[in-house]
Amino acid sequence: MGTTKKPLLEVRDLKQHFPITTGNILNRQVGAIRAVDGISFDIYPGETLGIVGESGCGKSTTVRSISQLHKPTSGSVIFNGIDMVNADKRTMLRARQDMQLIFQDPYASLDPRMTVRSIIAEPMVIYNNRKLLPEPMTSHEMEVRVEDLMERVGLNKAFKNRYPHEFSGGQRQRIGIARALALNPKIILADEPVSALDVSIQAQILNLLGDLQKEFGLTYLFIAHDLAVIQHISTRIAVMYLGKIVEVSESAQLYDSPKHPYTVALLSAAPIPDPKVERERKRIILTGDVPSPDKEREGCYFYDRCPKKMPWCSCHIPPMFGITANHEVACWLYSPEDVSAISMEDALVDAAKQKTEATTGKK
Amino acid sequence: MSSKPNAKAVLEVKDLQTYFKTDAGIVKAVDGVSFTVHEGETLGIVGESGSGKSVTNLSIMRLIPSPPGRIVGGEILFEGIDILKLSESEMRDIRGDKISMIFQDPMTSLNPFLKISTQMIETIRLHNSDMDRKEALERSIEMLKLVGIPSPEKRIYSYPHQFSGGMRQRVMIAQALSCNAQVLLADEPTTALDVTIQAQILELIKKINSKMGTAVILVTHDLGVVAGMCDKVCVMYAGRIVETALTEELYTNPAHPYTEGLIRSVPRMDTKNKDRRLFSIEGQPPNVIDLPPCCPFHPRCHKAMEVCRHAYPPKKDLGNHHEVACWLYLDEETKTKALQDAIREEKA
Repeated sequence: MGTTKKPLLEVRDLKQHFPITTGNILNRQVGAIRAVDGISFDIYPGETLGIVGESGCGKSTTVRSISQLHKPTSGSVIFNGIDMVNADKRTMLRARQDMQLIFQDPYASLDPRMTVRSIIAEPMVIYNNRKLLPEPMTSHEMEVRVEDLMERVGLNKAFKNRYPHEFSGGQRQRIGIARALALNPKIILADEPVSALDVSIQAQILNLLGDLQKEFGLTYLFIAHDLAVIQHISTRIAVMYLGKIVEVSESAQLYDSPKHPYTVALLSAAPIPDPKVERERKRIILTGDVPSPDKEREGCYFYDRCPKKMPWCSCHIPPMFGITANHEVACWLYSPEDVSAISMEDALVDAAKQKTEATTGKK
Repeated sequence: MSSKPNAKAVLEVKDLQTYFKTDAGIVKAVDGVSFTVHEGETLGIVGESGSGKSVTNLSIMRLIPSPPGRIVGGEILFEGIDILKLSESEMRDIRGDKISMIFQDPMTSLNPFLKISTQMIETIRLHNSDMDRKEALERSIEMLKLVGIPSPEKRIYSYPHQFSGGMRQRVMIAQALSCNAQVLLADEPTTALDVTIQAQILELIKKINSKMGTAVILVTHDLGVVAGMCDKVCVMYAGRIVETALTEELYTNPAHPYTEGLIRSVPRMDTKNKDRRLFSIEGQPPNVIDLPPCCPFHPRCHKAMEVCRHAYPPKKDLGNHHEVACWLYLDEETKTKALQDAIREEKA
């Protein structure tokens, strides 16, 4: 990625916390689920950024916060030069025309009582009625557009009066893709678009997404938990863990030289469909489960499960360290200063000092 | 089995047919499936959704809901006895005791109202009526320890919702193994789990398989999981096994066009030369209601011939335990004969 290019989407320190309330009349807030806890990244025009991580790490929430389906707790989302978080509703809606979503479950994301035609036309109808389109569309134009889209995504346009239940999973996902394309978006946020599909259908959809990207110059933010899928489709990959991005890298580099202990474990745990490779591989088996994201952390988010943890990590949140121009990792192992020798006591003393400095600094 | 030549066969499935009667017609969910599992062996069953993998497993456990389902033909020999002929009470002694099953969804297969201890003790005492509650509890704790639940003496008194998905799947495995089952049917045991947890669970199944000599039938759609776990693989398509081979043989020399397509359509992260397009099998899996007597894969096959449209291919042994059901591997004479027979029958 050239540095001269302007990013299409800039996400800075995005946080999305969901309150936990007592549930009685007073409904006091007693805590928060830190679904997304301070992530920053840029997406440049024409590229595909893949976000990979386990369930509950905040991948889907990221997409929803970016598209303003949830109002972010803090941080900024700048899309195409417009600050989506603070813009007024109409500006935000106008900007969001260029940002469309594809959802995971092709069974739940289509209204069973709408025909395929009305599903695909719905974004156009809504934007047209609110007079947000640059030029108003007539219903005939919409009809033509629906037929074009259906053909483009590989659906027979004769099926436009059918209902979603008459289609298979792969075909439904194609309907979802056609709907996302209806407003000629610049970026498509795809939230696990192939996870619910069979292997042979998955390949069809991945190829279709690749073709559409070339044809319309689309930018993708692609979410998946399958590392092989992410690696296939992405130009860059961000690995998330517990609401934080732990590593960002070019997709080819990530497999060859993963840096963060979590990425290393994740890559080694993902099965490869080749018995010869599979039998010789050494697995790093992580112990335990992903902890609950309901408390504020003082140290590295991966500390509890990390095979390479150091005393320093327990009380210092790692910033992103640059390895190369396109590879950043949030792990103290790659800090320019060596922190491995510092004992637990010294680390805690240092953390306490920094904390007081930060609070006095604020005052 | 080449790796375990002297192992005896524990489970033989011969020409199993399980049909479901629906308003739209008869669904031949499993139509003539045969395979053998030996002691200490891991057999993989791969296929897409609707190919009949799970129904095969449920048929072995005799858990097919009837009606609408019914096992209409075939034999399932467990240690030489046809379990399809057993009475329900005799079947209960085998089910859970000799043949055990782990289900796909660990969230719904444990009873949310009962403590883990209650559920585990129930299973053990059902099959060992002479064991008292205390012994059964001890055995349960031992099993939980084996599957790697930390501090099992305390955690056994928890309810399922207090466990995470991976831990619930461990409890399921512990429960399934608490009676020293000889055959373990694992129906997509890791599909609902994350990769790092999946690796833990697969490692556990592998350990049990080698330590206790349990035969495992692993049903999955993930070709990566099969590659790492199984000795032998059956590929299913539309209710039939289209190819059986040793794992390495299957991945290096897939014979059936479907297997080949399946292997080539999975993106791999260890390859360098990434042409950006994946190989894809066009079209959709067939509707198995009232399937005509042809090769069910022919509309999607890139090597389809005239005969494929008219007759189902017989099984052909390619040597080294490699069997395939595809007309490509049969000689011209058989093909023409089959084609003529089929056409004559269609006319009649």
